[in-house]
Amino acid sequence: MAAEEKLPAWNEIPPGGIIIEPGNAEERYTGDWRVFRPVINQDKCIRCLLCWVYCPDSVFHIVDEEYVTSKGRKYSFSLKIDYDHCKGCGICVEECPVNAIDFVEEVK
Amino acid sequence: MAVTVQEAKVTWKRLPLSSNYAAAYAVKDLDVDVIAAYPITPQTTVVEKIAEFIANGELNAEMIHVESEHSALSATIAASAAGARAFTATASQGLELMHEILHIASGLRLPVVMSIATRALSAPISIWNDYSDLMNTRDTSWITLIASSAQEVYDSIVQAYRIAEDPEVMLPVMVAYDGYLMSHTYEPVLVPEDNKPILDYAPKNYNRIKLDPERPISMGTLTGPEWYYEFKYQQVVAMKKALEKARKADEEFKARFGRGYGLIETFNVEDADVVIVAYGGLYGTVIEAIEPLVEKGVKVGAMRLRLWRPFPVEDVKKALGNAKLVTVIDKAISYGARIAGPVALEVMSSFYHDEAKPMIMSVIAGIGQRRITEDTIREIVDYSFKVLGRGRAPEESLYWGVRGVRYE
Repeated sequence: MAAEEKLPAWNEIPPGGIIIEPGNAEERYTGDWRVFRPVINQDKCIRCLLCWVYCPDSVFHIVDEEYVTSKGRKYSFSLKIDYDHCKGCGICVEECPVNAIDFVEEVK
Repeated sequence: MAVTVQEAKVTWKRLPLSSNYAAAYAVKDLDVDVIAAYPITPQTTVVEKIAEFIANGELNAEMIHVESEHSALSATIAASAAGARAFTATASQGLELMHEILHIASGLRLPVVMSIATRALSAPISIWNDYSDLMNTRDTSWITLIASSAQEVYDSIVQAYRIAEDPEVMLPVMVAYDGYLMSHTYEPVLVPEDNKPILDYAPKNYNRIKLDPERPISMGTLTGPEWYYEFKYQQVVAMKKALEKARKADEEFKARFGRGYGLIETFNVEDADVVIVAYGGLYGTVIEAIEPLVEKGVKVGAMRLRLWRPFPVEDVKKALGNAKLVTVIDKAISYGARIAGPVALEVMSSFYHDEAKPMIMSVIAGIGQRRITEDTIREIVDYSFKVLGRGRAPEESLYWGVRGVRYE
């Protein structure tokens, strides 16, 4: 109850559940919905970005981090997952053409 | 409260119109932008007439032909969400099929207006009138007006947009009237030569929150237990406000155009021991039946409920407070309730907290358009006086006119 009481009152929010500020999904952490967590195997990943294309929640971020695989292949960037917003739907796991994303059960 | 609006100079023409056509004329004069509807008896001629107006170039509107009433109201809601003045019309099974969307229109706070030519519900199939369809919408957060003449259908739809689009209300409005008994009978109706005064009275509210690519918003979002209740409470408050807004809308309508109805209508209630409460076209029959009785000195009066939701508790109590017995005639059944008349229940609960209150009797009649004549009303009046003499109203609704059931 205490946490709810800090939220705005009925007359301090827009009518009808309408969201008047676009793009505020970022402020809502949906990562705790997850049962399985996608984990990128940077060594197997070929940087095709299909995960980035398919992800319905845009959680794949391209970061400027060089990576050299165990076979000596050099990539100029890496991929990181925003676990605050990843709901664990597993679409990336399914779509990855080289099975470079492991689906690991969340253990708390 | 004094209304200070100058009477508009309007040239009226008198046309013979059914209530369905009166609804269509109101839609035309209100310059509605989008109409989406699916035909159902006895509503169909509303939309046929609107289609005719559009085809003739008399109304510049988009008519969306949909595959069901569920889609009809959905399309109407979408148009309203995009900022258009939107309208639909239905009855009976069509209204039932719309039911989940009724809650969405009110929940999204969209000022949609809909006319209902009330009709009984299946099964068995009945295309004839009662108010079962309308009464099922009681808890959908739609403001509901029940008209008793074709002129009032026209005037109420005009008032409906004014109420719905009020920034402090922003709720959808239904205007109901008797299927067949009104939807397909013709009465003289005054409609304006030019619709400007109508639009001056009910200007389109385009400055509301709407779907606009320049200012993106989201409608129809998911809310968790920590948010949902507050949005529902907003509707409770808006409904409360709608009561006075509806009163003002009618008062200003009267000031401008010379016709007004109030939230309720009364006849001889000050001097009556028995008051008959009715709604819709039946009120006319009640008046015809009791006028000669009143002339003979019988202490009987009548009240018509015009605004059903929000329920005008104070008005009703004021009108019925002097009576010894109130007989509420309902044209719908709430199955399984001892008092099965929806309006009777509401009248009873209005008086619950009072020490001094009239006896209240619930009568069910006119189901599936079982005929209610002036004689039927006089029989109900006679029975009411009998009950008054006994000093105790029946604890159960009376099912007036069912073959095999008699009340002594």
